[in-house]
Amino acid sequence: MSSPPIDRPATSPAFTGLQTGRKIRNRVATGLVTLAFLLAVIPLFWVAWTVLRYGVSAIASGSWWTHSLSGMLSSQFGGGVYHAIYGTLAQAVICAVISIPIGMMVGIYLVEYGARSRLAKATTFTVDILSGVPSIVAALFIYTLWIAIVGFPRSGFAVSLALVLLMVPVIVRTTEEMLKIVPNDLREAAYALGVPKWKTIVKIVIPTAMSGIVTGMMLALARVMGETAPLLVLVGYAPFINFDLFDGNMAALPLVMVNERNNPTPAGVERMWGAALTLVLIITLFNLIATIVSRRSAIKTK
Amino acid sequence: MSEDVAGRSTARASVAGRSGARPVIDPEARVPVPRPEPPDRQADRSVVRRGDQIFRGAALFSGGLMVTLVVAIGVFLLIQAIPALRLDRVNYLTSRIWDTDSLDNLRFGIVDLLLVTVEVSLVALVVAMPVALGIALFLTQYAPKRLARPFAYLVDLLAAVPSIVFGLWGIFVLAPALFPVAHWLNQHLSLVFLFDRRNGAPGLEGGGNLLTAGIVLAVMILPIITAVTREVFERTPREHVEGALALGATKWEMIRTTVLPFGRAGYVSASMLGLGRALGETIALYVILSTTNLAFAGSLFDGGSTFASKIAQAAPEFNDPTQAGAYIAAGLVLFVLTFVVNAGARAAVADRSGRR
Repeated sequence: MSSPPIDRPATSPAFTGLQTGRKIRNRVATGLVTLAFLLAVIPLFWVAWTVLRYGVSAIASGSWWTHSLSGMLSSQFGGGVYHAIYGTLAQAVICAVISIPIGMMVGIYLVEYGARSRLAKATTFTVDILSGVPSIVAALFIYTLWIAIVGFPRSGFAVSLALVLLMVPVIVRTTEEMLKIVPNDLREAAYALGVPKWKTIVKIVIPTAMSGIVTGMMLALARVMGETAPLLVLVGYAPFINFDLFDGNMAALPLVMVNERNNPTPAGVERMWGAALTLVLIITLFNLIATIVSRRSAIKTK
Repeated sequence: MSEDVAGRSTARASVAGRSGARPVIDPEARVPVPRPEPPDRQADRSVVRRGDQIFRGAALFSGGLMVTLVVAIGVFLLIQAIPALRLDRVNYLTSRIWDTDSLDNLRFGIVDLLLVTVEVSLVALVVAMPVALGIALFLTQYAPKRLARPFAYLVDLLAAVPSIVFGLWGIFVLAPALFPVAHWLNQHLSLVFLFDRRNGAPGLEGGGNLLTAGIVLAVMILPIITAVTREVFERTPREHVEGALALGATKWEMIRTTVLPFGRAGYVSASMLGLGRALGETIALYVILSTTNLAFAGSLFDGGSTFASKIAQAAPEFNDPTQAGAYIAAGLVLFVLTFVVNAGARAAVADRSGRR
């Protein structure tokens, strides 16, 4: 192949078109990559459609949100899951109350205090490990600690404790990420005015990062509400309302699904998908709140 | 917090030689301004308030708590597992039996659980890895800029679906849809052990088999692998990309020569994170897999139990600590397994940044 002369502008044969092979390969790659994306979207819509289709009749009934399944026969239509909604929300709230302060403090430690110390490195590593701990292992840990060794009964609170193990790493991660993007100028301005470090963090750094942290909390909450394994290990299912987190069986939406799965009657099928749709709706709600919070106020870097 | 503010003016403890702390001067505290001294540690004298000390202490404590927690998980599981392991009549690591019905005759070993766990996770990984790679490329290189974010959000939504819902969908909706495929594979390729099926093995007809479980797991780990891989691909240096394009590379050639080599370590590490998640997934598999007493023969159309689903099945009947110990021992193995995989994922990334 001789190179074209360089003393005058190139004319059309100087630029040859792409070889067919290369062109085809490029097209095939584009096609495959797009296909991969479609492949991922299919199950999402398929699951959403399934839950909606089978679950909508249950949640449309009047008693669904206001009644429990107390005294209902397994084949009897009617009743509702308010006992389970209460259980799911109560356990999630207790879990959040415990994990948010711990998680935020760890995040603050890592960004504001730890720098490159050995403990900070160990902490980052263990948070990574903790975020990979399967929920069933977290549940077994709380079982050994709380029930087998200390001797408390199974309860909703034990579930919350197990959920803490799953939620803390998520909170730490978001806090860390958010604090890192708070501009250093803000900290330095505060120090220059003589504000103590802890007050700088509490009054300046955290408020700046708060919207991002709240978003992370909402997402973490949505995630722990769908956890089922800790429920199986740490609390029994009750078809009636139980307000006491520290004692007795307690329902939660995932437990309703697990229980009604073995109920082959049409009523059972309806309850199962109804509970699934309810759970998905609650999680969607939390996700929406998270999105709105993050839209409303992002960190202003300038 | 207001009581801390009040306490500030009383706290004037001044500790010399705190090298790490910034010197902070508070006008209200009326601390005498340090006189110029020779530049030694004395010059670094700073005011340390009680509020600062408490806050710092709390932060340090929380950091330490994380480390303690992970150690505690291992230690407490071990403590509870040991009595049961002592009573085990067969070798825990090499036996394929799992029988914890009578306390006088505890016989349990992990081989079958391990095999099922690993096989189902590998199926998930084999399905999810190429798809996740494709999605990450699509979102970072192909999708129109304005649509890339909402598309990425769609994929992330997969992670928000609770695993129990995936499980129910898998067994009641996906399994019947997969049955013709499974049946065909079983009819025509049964010479391959993966597609073989012994008489009496459950799983093919009901769909509660490793194939269904693996595909559902793949859907569940897809968003994790995609999210991490995408982030790495986005960081491909612009100069490399532009260089490749300037040399006349097609889009695909550009990706092959710049994006893929750059992101390989991140992709591998992301896949390991996905594997870690798959190994520990409990409830979807608990719902999908049909249980069996037959020893596992490796077929995709068998039922079986993974570590996690075995524990979940037995969990409601944990009453005797020794009996529970057998399952806690299984949980310990699972913990170690996920620990190793996750640490490996971290190491893969660290290795890469070390080389750069």
